[in-house]
Order: sequence, then C-alpha cells, then structure tokens
Amino acid sequence: MFLIKCPWCGYRDQTEFSAQGEAHIVRPEDPYQLDEEQWGDYLFFRKNPKGIHHERWVHSHGCRRWFNVIRDTATDHIHATYRPDEPIPELSSEETSKPA
Amino acid sequence: MAAKPKRYSIFSLARNALSYHQGWQRAWRDPDPKSDYEVVIVGGGGHGLATAYYLARECGIRDVAVVEKGWLGGGNTGRNTTIVRSNYLWNESAGLYEHAMKLWEGMSSDLNYNVMFSQRGLLHLAHSVHDMQEIGRRGNAIYLNGIDSEFVTPEQVREMVPFINLDCRYPIHGALLQRRGGTARHDAVAWGYARAADNLGVDIIQNCEVTGFQIEDNTIRGVETTRGRIGAGKVGCVVAGHCSVLAEMAGFRLPVESFPLQALVSEPVKPIIDCVVMSGAIHAYISQSDKGELVIGAGSDAYVSYSQHGGFDTIEHTVGPIVELYPIFSRLKMLRQWGGVVDVTVDRSPLISKTPVNNLFFNCGWGTGGFKATPGSGHVFAHSIKNGNMHPIAEPFSINRFNAGALIDEGAAAAVAH
Repeated sequence: MFLIKCPWCGYRDQTEFSAQGEAHIVRPEDPYQLDEEQWGDYLFFRKNPKGIHHERWVHSHGCRRWFNVIRDTATDHIHATYRPDEPIPELSSEETSKPA
Repeated sequence: MAAKPKRYSIFSLARNALSYHQGWQRAWRDPDPKSDYEVVIVGGGGHGLATAYYLARECGIRDVAVVEKGWLGGGNTGRNTTIVRSNYLWNESAGLYEHAMKLWEGMSSDLNYNVMFSQRGLLHLAHSVHDMQEIGRRGNAIYLNGIDSEFVTPEQVREMVPFINLDCRYPIHGALLQRRGGTARHDAVAWGYARAADNLGVDIIQNCEVTGFQIEDNTIRGVETTRGRIGAGKVGCVVAGHCSVLAEMAGFRLPVESFPLQALVSEPVKPIIDCVVMSGAIHAYISQSDKGELVIGAGSDAYVSYSQHGGFDTIEHTVGPIVELYPIFSRLKMLRQWGGVVDVTVDRSPLISKTPVNNLFFNCGWGTGGFKATPGSGHVFAHSIKNGNMHPIAEPFSINRFNAGALIDEGAAAAVAH
C-alpha cells in the first residue's frame, strides 16, 4: 500500500485508485490493416518490466480522472505522476539507475 | 557420482532412528555446472523440477541441468496455499488439470517421497443466484469431462463445516464439491522432484541466476549465468513471475503481467476444518495444515509489481469475509503473511509453448493457480521439449492463441483466483 499523487487532488491513499495497466499504448489508426499477430500484440502483449513502468491509473474513489504514473515495479517506488495531456517526465539518471 | 541414494521406507526410518538420525544421506547433490547440457531448465520450482524429472524418467534425457537463482522451491512453490483441484470449465483446462490430478494421486510412491497429498475434499461456495448458475454450468461441464463434481446444499455444507455461518452477509446458497480435491505439502513437492531427478542424473544448480541467452541464427545455444556460460541444445523456462524478464532477454514479449499475490497463516490450533473451502465471489479460501495452522489465501493485488509483498487492503478484503463466514476464527492471531509474484495472462490460463526462438520453450502464465498443476505441467512440458512439438494436452496453451483468438477463458468461467 502506498500514497499516490493524483495530478488533480494531491496525495491520496492507493486504495482510492485503480491500476489500469501499461500506459502509452496507442490504438492502431486502422485496425483492419493489421494482421492477427499485430492485433494480438496490441491487445494482449505487454512489456511487464521489472523496474521502471509507465502505467495508467484512475482515481476511482476520488475525482474519477485518469492519469499516468512512473513506478518502479521492483520496489513500488513512484517516481512521477502526470496528466494524460502532459509529456512524459524525464527521470534523472540517478532515479533510473537505482538498483532494483 | 555419489553413492546411490537409499530408498525411504519404514525400515530406513527405523534404522536411522536407532542411529540417532545421524546417517541420513543428502537428498540431492550440489554439483558445479558442466559446460554443456542437452537440456537446461531455467527455474527450480515445482514445475521446473517436475519437468527435469519427467525428462529423465520418461523421455530418456538425463543430460539435464536445472538452474535456479535462489534456492529450490523458494519462489511461488513455497508461497502458495497448497490447494489441488481439477474442477475447471473448459475442455482444454480439464484435460490439463485432470492429467495433473491423476499424477498427484500416485506421486508419493512414484517419487518415493511423502508429499502429504490429502484428498480431503474441496468446497466452492455459491453466495447468490448468479453463483448458483455459474457452479451449475461449470459443475455439469466438469462432470461431462469425467471429473468428479457434486452439488451440495447449504445443509450439507454445514455438515462438513459445522461452524460456518450460512446466513450472513454472504449467504450460502449451495456449493460445488470436488471430493478428490485437497492439499499437498508444497515444499515436499519441490524436494521430492529434486531428489528423484537428481537420482536419475539431473544436475540441480542453485544460486545460479540466468542473466542472458545465447542465441545464434534464431536458435538457442546456451544460457549466460552468474556461474558462467552453460551451453544447451534446448532450454525450457519455467520461472513464473519473472517470465517477462527472461522473455525480454530472448527478444520477445509475453501476454503476461506480474502481480503480487498474498497469503497468510494463523497460529496453530487443534483440527477444526478437514476440507478446503473457497469462495470465488469474495475471493477468500481457507484450509488447515497438518501443523494446525489455518492457511488463508487472498486475491491478487491489482497492480503490476515484482515486490513480493502486497497491500494490507487486500488482506483486509480477505480476512473480513473469512471472519463473517467463520465467526469462530475472529480471535485467531495471524502468524505470518507473505506475497509471491504471479504471472497472469488475460484468459487466466497458462502458456506452455514454443517461442519465436528455436529450441527455446516457455512454461509460465500460471497466474494464481500453478501449484495444483505441478506434475501435469512438468509432464507435458518434458514431452514437448523432448519431441520439439507440443504434447497434445499442452497444444491449446500456445502463446499463439492470443494472436489466433482461441483464448481459454477460465477467468470469466470461474471468476476466482485459481
């Protein structure tokens, strides 16, 4: 259990939020142009990294808005949260190289 | 090679008792890795050790190494709630888990190792009309697949578990009972397979982490490890939560995400519950170990993490319903609580599959319910590695099903942490 900083509401308990998986997966412009492999890849295959993970969360029991989180999945340490319309924050090399 | 291990029996027990238990042999050797093996299995949990055992025992391949980054059974094999059942909805799953159940039934004598497999019966509670419809559909499907499955009334549930609170916040409308379901001693499964595989010549190499794969012409040649390079004709990866990490080393992705899954045990008490009771709707299951501890399982935490611990909110969601269903347990102290990392697929069915790399095979994606499948998983995986083609029982569980759309949707079917 940890605290998450909602970009709109500030720090709240993790239980107010729901994790919604990997962020920045773009829906294909024209799904009909994809073959089975590309479509399956888009729907089901994930990076699932041990380390820095860009992911989507929604403040389900708060403002109910979506946002993105950069979290280390080895330690659950949250490096940054940002709104969907904001660019991906750059992490310092110190943060990204921290041992898992 | 060390002296031939002696069989365990009532006589060896008596003989060693007379010599103050000073004469027991090591259960398995501790070899240094050779430079090459015919097959390298990555992951020394139950599934990996079972794979090595069946490769040596049934497939005639004894030039096998099992490499494990920690100690045997130190991952999810030693962290689960030890429940064994085969009451799955879909034919593919029924084939796989019932195959495992039949191997469980002969495992202790097959391995000459008491895995304390106890077919004490497993109740799956239904708390609503919808639950009743779900167990109705699933129970009949299981029955049609030739697997034992009975519907029981609330009164019959009370006969089996006299202190259960039938008329509570989660009223019990009925239950599905698999009498052949039960529990086994999880560590003993790893140790039994390790001892038996070692006995057949398999090298079990602990404290040896795989750090990379050696791949030439899209074909596996060996693994890089913290104890040097080990050449291999074929490699089988059986690593549960970290399967995506290994897949990335090999250059592909898996349809898997890793989550924490927690469990807890109470202080030991006298025998009080002699079956396994689980509930999909409230995600709580309970049984009693032979030591007397109540073993309680939760649902997985709902975010990707390799941290091997989850949130207390998930524990609260589990023990709340447990106390509501069994008020008698409300004063019990919990002794230990822990987490494992489970590799969950979208359809809650495992991956037993070839990969984009030739001669590299993956057996993973067991999510929250791999323990029950340990012998069946190892058995079909061993035959698949030997033949280079997937065993018929394993074939539907290919990674390609996520491209072809042929999912085996046990998530929607059972609505329960496996």
